Amino acid sequence: MEKRVVFRSAWLPYALVAPQIAITLVFFFWPAAQAVWYSLHLQDAFGLKVQFVGLANFATLFKDSNYLASFKVTALFSVLVAFFGIAISLLLATMADRVLRGAMAYKTLLIWPYAVAPAVAGVLWAFIFAPSIGILTYILKGWGVDWNWIIKGDQAMLLVVIAAVWKQISYNFLFFLAGLQSIPKSLIEAAAIDGASPFRRFWTIVFPLLSPTTFFLLVVNIVYAFFDTFGVIDATTQGGPGQSTNILVYKVYHDGVKAADLGGSSAQSVILMFIVIVLTVAQFRFIERKVQY
Amino acid sequence: MIPRICFAWLLALAAGSASAQQEIRFWHAMGGALGEELNAFVQRFNESQREFRVVTEHKGSYEDTLIVALAAQREGTGPHLVQVYEVGTALMMAPRRAVRPVWQVLSEGGEAIDAKAFLPAVASYFSDNSGKLLALPFNISTPILFYNRDAFRRAGLDPDKPPRTWYEFPKVIEALKDAGVSCGYTTTWPSWVLLENTSTWHNQDFATRDNGLGGLDAKLVFNTHLMVRHVAMLSSWARATYFTYSGRRVEGEARFLKGECALLTAASSSAAELRRSAGFDFGEAQLPYYDDIKGAPHHSLIGGGALWVLAGAKAAEYRGVAKFLAFLAKPEMQAEWHQKTGYVPVTRAAYELTRNSGFYAKRPGQEFAIQQLLLNSPTRESRGIRLGDFQKIRLIIDEELEKVWDGTKPPKLALDDAAERGNVLLRRFEADHRAGAEPETPARTLRRAHRK
Repeated sequence: MEKRVVFRSAWLPYALVAPQIAITLVFFFWPAAQAVWYSLHLQDAFGLKVQFVGLANFATLFKDSNYLASFKVTALFSVLVAFFGIAISLLLATMADRVLRGAMAYKTLLIWPYAVAPAVAGVLWAFIFAPSIGILTYILKGWGVDWNWIIKGDQAMLLVVIAAVWKQISYNFLFFLAGLQSIPKSLIEAAAIDGASPFRRFWTIVFPLLSPTTFFLLVVNIVYAFFDTFGVIDATTQGGPGQSTNILVYKVYHDGVKAADLGGSSAQSVILMFIVIVLTVAQFRFIERKVQY
Repeated sequence: MIPRICFAWLLALAAGSASAQQEIRFWHAMGGALGEELNAFVQRFNESQREFRVVTEHKGSYEDTLIVALAAQREGTGPHLVQVYEVGTALMMAPRRAVRPVWQVLSEGGEAIDAKAFLPAVASYFSDNSGKLLALPFNISTPILFYNRDAFRRAGLDPDKPPRTWYEFPKVIEALKDAGVSCGYTTTWPSWVLLENTSTWHNQDFATRDNGLGGLDAKLVFNTHLMVRHVAMLSSWARATYFTYSGRRVEGEARFLKGECALLTAASSSAAELRRSAGFDFGEAQLPYYDDIKGAPHHSLIGGGALWVLAGAKAAEYRGVAKFLAFLAKPEMQAEWHQKTGYVPVTRAAYELTRNSGFYAKRPGQEFAIQQLLLNSPTRESRGIRLGDFQKIRLIIDEELEKVWDGTKPPKLALDDAAERGNVLLRRFEADHRAGAEPETPARTLRRAHRK
């Protein structure tokens, strides 16, 4: 069953995709090429003096134990964000799917956070959890929890994960809800008649049928955790305390923009680009096989 | 890419509107009350003559201002004048062609500002090796101690007797805690106040080669006995909640303002904000020191900003810049700036002027900062700290200190690691700027200016 649209004109299809291609070239390929060029050069902050240094920028990076530590932080962060982002929104979507009355209101409220910019989400949570004035800090203090993410690394990590997840839940929720609604009710009803418990129905019918959606969201969420969470980090912990929330993309920003080290920062972004390419390819090659479309 | 296009646009618009008067673009980092004061100064200059018009633009924090100026300069659309904080000094000095030395701009513009008119610690920091001013010191501050006088009274302490040395701190904090104060002591800018100033205040090296003023081959040596002791003591205070870490910048101010912390070390320029927002009586005092260290207190370290002239503009424009700088450097302007903002008067004349006007009789607290800077004449160890990649070194120090406050790293190890990591950056900066040194820059500057 082929569903291909056939154009009779030779140039029309190209003309139609041209704007998208142009945008991709200008905003993705060109900067990427520039990053590669910069990563092989060393230059001062004013750009007066540029010298070719080959792979020296990369060599410096891999000798830096803190750069290597940043990998671990990023891995932990993205796994946490992707896992909780997907798990929580799946739970919410299944709940919302069952609601009959006021479903629209629930859905709208759940989708709302997606409209919030990452930096705003970060500031919001930073306020709620602020060490001396936050509302939740106050409550936690009442429970005897010493909440101070300004010096406690694990708490800072928790804070940025919460903010990043909260922001992404809406997006995941939308896709899961659409996925759930496309599952034929008859399948579930048949299982129910056969006496399968709701839990069992979910795991043997709903979840496998959702796997394409879950897989897609896994890729998107990992990429989100790698790149788009920059705003959350910058607005809250700025990579600290110590380096406990210094994820790779934040380090790129800090070294390149704040510390004016263009070569080192470009080398980092080239590595980052490479990681994301590898991750995405790996996801499609290995995980996609297990996905049932 | 987009911001660059926007810049070009803005500049095109700005250029279009300037027809008769020559415009001087001045980018600065002064927000809020400070920005208003600065704009008032600029307006007075603009009204004082007809030939030039200074157009100011607030570019955000010091960091942001520097970033934006560098980015614009790379595109050839930088401002004439930019305010750079002390951390960026080495960055501005290293590539000579990017910056036009202030002494040169002034002499070509027929204006004269004598470097000797400035306070020694200030002038030497912004001068080249022959003692000529590279940038105009403008908003200079130094850390002092702020304390909550109301809390002192509640705790039965004498509000006129703040702790003078670090050894007097525990007793004071103990009394404050008994009276219900929850955090005792906190600070702003931890690296600047707790490490950099502690070395200068006790006349000790922060880095070799005169803290980097003598050459690019400087090495960080702040992991000394004194510093390890200082950080170890603070870390034990942190465990006992005598000391509370608030953050890498001015977050400590908010804690102090809330009445949570009764003692705060912060830049003298914090005074303006504290005076505006504090709902209690607070006092200023000299920065605490260790009285068992010989020669202490020596004098404290400067921080804050200077005005740098960027290269690439026309001679006629530089004449306007020279006029404006000369205007700002006038003693009466400097004195007014000091009195209104809490920055220190950067010239002796401005200090004299303020003192003779009886200002300090009304506001004794505002004299501590300048007194601290003049306490002793600068020595090799105390003229200032000027290091390549200092922004990054500060970050490293902040990170390592945070590990100490968290209890995950012993103080000595953290300081050793900070110095080691910082030295890697310094070597890299040295290599970058020596390999392709511009012809007019001697590869090594061995002689330093001898000051009397």
